[in-house]
Amino acid sequence: MTATTTSRLPDLSGSAFNLRSFLHGLPGVDKVGVEARAAALGTRSVKTSAKAAAIDLAIRMVDLTTLEGADTPGKVRALSAKALRPDPADPSCPSVAAVCVYPAMVPVAAEVLRGTGVHLASVATAFPSGQAPLDVKLADTRDAVAGGADEIDMVISRGAFLSGRYEHVFDEIVAVKEACGTAHLKVILETGELGTYDNVRRASWLAMLAGADFIKTSTGKVPQAATLPVTLVMLEAVRDFRARTGRQVGVKPAGGIRTTKDAIKYLVLINETVGDDWLDPDWFRFGASSLLNDLLMQRTKLTSGHYAGPDYFTLD
Amino acid sequence: MGMFEYAPAPESRSVVDIAPSYGLFIDGEFVPPASSGGVFKTVNPATEEVLAEVSTAGPEDVDRAVAAARRAFGPWSALPGAERAKYLFRIARIIQERSRELAVLESLDNGKPIRESRDVDLPLVAAHFFYYAGWADKLKYAGFGEDPRPLGVAAQVIPWNFPMLMLAWKIAPALATGNTVVLKPAETTPLSALFFADVCRQADLPPGVVNIVTGAGETGRTLVEHPGVDKVAFTGSTEVGRQIARSVAGTRKRLTLELGGKAANIVFDDAPIDQAVEGIVNGIFFNQGHVCCAGSRLLIQESIYDEVLESLKRRMATLRVGDPLDKNTDIGAINSAEQLERIRTLSDIGAEEGAERWSPPCTLPAQGFWFAPTIFTGVTQAHRIAREEIFGPVLSVLTFRTPAEAVEKANNTPYGLSAGIWTEKGSQILAVADKLRAGVVWANTFNKFDPTSPFGGYKESGYGREGGRHGLEAYLA
Amino acid sequence: MPESSSSRSRKTAPAAAGKAVAVRRSSPVKAGASASVPAVAPVAPPAPAGRLAVRKTYKLFIGGAFPRSESGRTYLVDGDNVALASRKDARDAVLAARKAQPKWAGATAYNRGQVLYRVAEMLEARHAEFVARGVPAAEVEAAVDRWVWYAGWADKIAQVHGGANPVAGPFFNISAPEPTGVVAVVAPPSFLGLVSVIAPAIVTGNTVVVLVAAPQAAITLAEVLATSDVPGGVVNILTGHAAETAPWLASHDDVNALDLTGVTDPALAAELERSAAGSLKRVVRPPAEELDFASDPGLGAMTALLETKTVWHPKGF
Repeated sequence: MTATTTSRLPDLSGSAFNLRSFLHGLPGVDKVGVEARAAALGTRSVKTSAKAAAIDLAIRMVDLTTLEGADTPGKVRALSAKALRPDPADPSCPSVAAVCVYPAMVPVAAEVLRGTGVHLASVATAFPSGQAPLDVKLADTRDAVAGGADEIDMVISRGAFLSGRYEHVFDEIVAVKEACGTAHLKVILETGELGTYDNVRRASWLAMLAGADFIKTSTGKVPQAATLPVTLVMLEAVRDFRARTGRQVGVKPAGGIRTTKDAIKYLVLINETVGDDWLDPDWFRFGASSLLNDLLMQRTKLTSGHYAGPDYFTLD
Repeated sequence: MGMFEYAPAPESRSVVDIAPSYGLFIDGEFVPPASSGGVFKTVNPATEEVLAEVSTAGPEDVDRAVAAARRAFGPWSALPGAERAKYLFRIARIIQERSRELAVLESLDNGKPIRESRDVDLPLVAAHFFYYAGWADKLKYAGFGEDPRPLGVAAQVIPWNFPMLMLAWKIAPALATGNTVVLKPAETTPLSALFFADVCRQADLPPGVVNIVTGAGETGRTLVEHPGVDKVAFTGSTEVGRQIARSVAGTRKRLTLELGGKAANIVFDDAPIDQAVEGIVNGIFFNQGHVCCAGSRLLIQESIYDEVLESLKRRMATLRVGDPLDKNTDIGAINSAEQLERIRTLSDIGAEEGAERWSPPCTLPAQGFWFAPTIFTGVTQAHRIAREEIFGPVLSVLTFRTPAEAVEKANNTPYGLSAGIWTEKGSQILAVADKLRAGVVWANTFNKFDPTSPFGGYKESGYGREGGRHGLEAYLA
Repeated sequence: MPESSSSRSRKTAPAAAGKAVAVRRSSPVKAGASASVPAVAPVAPPAPAGRLAVRKTYKLFIGGAFPRSESGRTYLVDGDNVALASRKDARDAVLAARKAQPKWAGATAYNRGQVLYRVAEMLEARHAEFVARGVPAAEVEAAVDRWVWYAGWADKIAQVHGGANPVAGPFFNISAPEPTGVVAVVAPPSFLGLVSVIAPAIVTGNTVVVLVAAPQAAITLAEVLATSDVPGGVVNILTGHAAETAPWLASHDDVNALDLTGVTDPALAAELERSAAGSLKRVVRPPAEELDFASDPGLGAMTALLETKTVWHPKGF
């Protein structure tokens, strides 16, 4: 358990009081200030060679995602194929980081991805609401791992968090982390439901203290998904957490990131908040689906010199 | 910076035409200076390239300009307010339409990053004209009497740090209230004011309502001491402000002064740290620190000193110093060789007096006037760098233990222009804001400006307010 | 302090004192330019046979006390030996005013209004004394009414002169007037004029050092103030020659504003204004035309001695 093995933090497990005191003792976040900072970074102009490098990096960071009730093995196979070779016309185009599907679809994706280096992520723990008993969530997790997932995207219990039962959320994350075994755990905070940036910071720390390998903004199933300022607050949290514990945690904004321009803004955010160490698919991911095609179109524009059209890219 | 280098992203300088030489703008025309005048060169401080030759207005030229303003005053002040308003609205719109030209011109002549001229200065310039335009026909509701009258001819002298914005702060309220103006831009940054002359012509503003005379301090002195002016408005150094206050003594000239500052930016231990660090950076490095209200004295509560300082240094390492026209530049060029010399001198004094100097690694261009963002730690109230306005990207860091001590240190200066407070505790904000002797207090933010918001100093930072309803008072009898 | 003015004031003082000494009670001479100081001598009714009247000693009013001039000097005004303030008295008065200022400004506006109203009450009660000193009854009444008028402004001026600013962004932004601090005043000679420069300065939280031209009425007003809950040091009154003491106040770095309403010599006014520029004091120039103190004073006398503080705060959760 990370939280109990670090030297610079008090032991926060097993004490609701300590946990609460710690989380509420974190510095506040001023909404206007953090939004202004994110907006200012959003005006960075990334052109030519820098843009080409950024696009390839962004492609390598995509968790190509489908999380629909209508998902079928056919759909998931096609998506997985695209994850491996996003642009069949251009072999220099890198693969994405991972494919992200529901647990029922994990075995299908695993058939395509096994041994390719593209990770297989699955949302577990009664995604997206998290409103299920713990044993159901743990079973969900174990099934996904058993089916071949090497990354688990869990949701926190927002109800418990918002009612101040931090210990409950903490214990659930610890339990799911254990159920993951060697699979990496991404903890979805569902920031759109947390209401304040202060809560985003607290939830980030809570997840990291409980052992998260990644903290992730959103399920993509509530109106407000990833935003630049929310991601900025989470990046500050992983930065500060590493400074205090020595352990690096990844960040994954998910939902609502659809264009290359958006993606590059996130890369700028990383670059100027946490720096090189996070500019890597091991430490930063985009949870997205339509983003990939826009990245591919922009990539083609840069290599060909003319604007690309959607008919030239696969729909999956 | 590391693996993600932004490629150069220069704004196109071809959007703006700079003439090889400029006359004086008097009575609606560009005219050559009279025999008493002369010419000087204005340079791009980022490259030392000469941008244009500009005229020096001598006494005869100032006479002509004041006379033109006097002739224009009668008809201009007699215009219905609604008609004056429409001229100002027109000017506001032309500025919006031509704001990219103006932003590029401002960055070329001043050295400030295009990001600031484009996103801060020019939007505020247009907003300022738009705001005061709306007052022109509503003056009787402004609280200065049923029938407030203009003063006459206003002599306005502005600095080089925000050339176009300071012009707007001066000219918009003067014109809205029915005054006519003779404005002198700073010697190192005359081009945007001369561009504005063209905006006035494009707006069909009657000749003589706005006159622009260029030149150095001597031209300014001639203008403010001219017996034909009724009002003097000056933004600049406290020393020159003092001289002007002396020179108008015993006259009926009305005077407003917006002078220097040495603002305290107070960070309490319950501050939103990341935003406070942004505010510290914005407070001192915005516009290369060429800001009278810059947060140049950082007061950190001792209990979070290490944390704030570490964050600040980390943040400073990401500041991008360089080509002002590059859209990614955060810190541009120092405005002039003279100013660079002053910054160097005071910084050297800081080091000699025992303060510890630190700058992030950064490569400064070989040509032009540059100074790396710098902080001094271990500074006390007794250090000269804690008392004198440096007007550059140099921050003095001090500490305090209690709110009372913070207030005492913040107020322990002859200046009183601005101050910053960072704390999440509301009652602490209000109590500290109450006790600070400063005209603008930014709590959990810094360096914010708005045409509706009065700006101006206490004590030796000057008197009178610019902006808002209060800003009308300086131009009304 | 420019050398020329200090040497000049040193010359004026003895000359004026010398002249006053020569004045005999039997041949009363008007003091200065005052129109309202009576040409008659003492207030007290004729003493009954065998009893000698007790006269009042006219001293300075500094920090709530009535000290003699530290210089030991007096000058004769209408038969009274009045304390002749020196530059050190001016210095002491500024110290007292500075000391009193934060607490006075920090009092609630309601409280300051109450105090000013109390001044009106006390002045009303001493109506006869001022009349006996030669102030016309109507002027005393106007002065009482002036205190009442300003008393009411204490908790309204901030609403009229300040307010919220609708800035284009997610910020709470408010401008509020604050007192400028310590104000040195050269008062006009008339009693209503005196009240009309003191009341608007102090109602907002300033403290004042007032150089007066009509000492007996002014010191009698000081007695009113001293019994009206006005904290010591809020109003300090120096009797003597403005030409001697005013330059020290104009050049004093710890004075924030200079009100020259009572200065009639344009050269002196200009000299004082120049001197005030040293620390960039706010200066109220002498009026271009003679002021009619009986007319509506407007807000100008208050706002000239106010600073505007604008506070910004972001809005967001």
